[in-house]
Amino acid sequence: MSVGAGSIEVGSELPEQVFRVTRADLVRYAGASGDFNPIHWNDRTATAVGLPGVIAHGMFTMALAGRAVTAWTGDPSAVVEQHVRFGRPVVVPDDDEGAEVTVRGKVGALLDDGRARVDLTVTSGGDKVLSLARAVVTLA
Amino acid sequence: MALDRELVGRSYPPSAVYEVGRAKIAEFATAIGSDDPVHRDVEAARAAGHPDVVAPPTFAIVVSLEAAMVVLQDPDVGIDYGRVVHGEQRFAHHRPIRAGDRLVATTTIDAARTVAGNDMLTARVDLATEDGEPVCTATSMLVARGIA
Repeated sequence: MSVGAGSIEVGSELPEQVFRVTRADLVRYAGASGDFNPIHWNDRTATAVGLPGVIAHGMFTMALAGRAVTAWTGDPSAVVEQHVRFGRPVVVPDDDEGAEVTVRGKVGALLDDGRARVDLTVTSGGDKVLSLARAVVTLA
Repeated sequence: MALDRELVGRSYPPSAVYEVGRAKIAEFATAIGSDDPVHRDVEAARAAGHPDVVAPPTFAIVVSLEAAMVVLQDPDVGIDYGRVVHGEQRFAHHRPIRAGDRLVATTTIDAARTVAGNDMLTARVDLATEDGEPVCTATSMLVARGIA
């Protein structure tokens, strides 16, 4: 499924996506991305630098925001731009539930060449974790 | 130490070639929980109009973040890596990254400023193929928190 240029307008909403993030996900992301900073897997290091505990990689949260957009467009290559500002960390407890990351979004602007800007709100535990999150997508 | 504005515009030599593999794209897609077949199945990717499997949009960080780190190794920058956090990230995709790409990263300092004791450095990494085809511009804003 892909989103057609004719069917969307400014204010059109993306389906809300809720992602569960556990320590195992962070370890897997560390390996795949090559970012082995211990604040993403080691409580001792995380608390020593003043964090409440192990936190998710900012880039992992950005990737989840991207997934919410590509789930909507139906085509990962439709994302031509993505921009995020990391606001608050996603704290991931050492249990089976982990943390929840919720991505909401709506079309903020229709651009030239059949593109649209999508404005995202990304929260965890009720707090906004990305203080800015936008994507530009090409509509089918 | 305040960052020197003269650093803005400084460019670093191109990286070694990074060859994008199908297995690495699949591994990254699994790690972010994406089950889209265009990341794993060549036939599905071809049916969607791509010459080979394509990477998820944030895959560019695998190549670009290490390239951005050359800035921190510059003795004129003088930032302690231990104080650095990722403040902001931006990608402009000229086309999707795909398996078989041989990418070269060129890093340039786009901005350098010190605000309230925090050093803020913006590194732009231009990813292009070995032949010079632009693929992605990845811009990372790194913040080195001031010592209170």
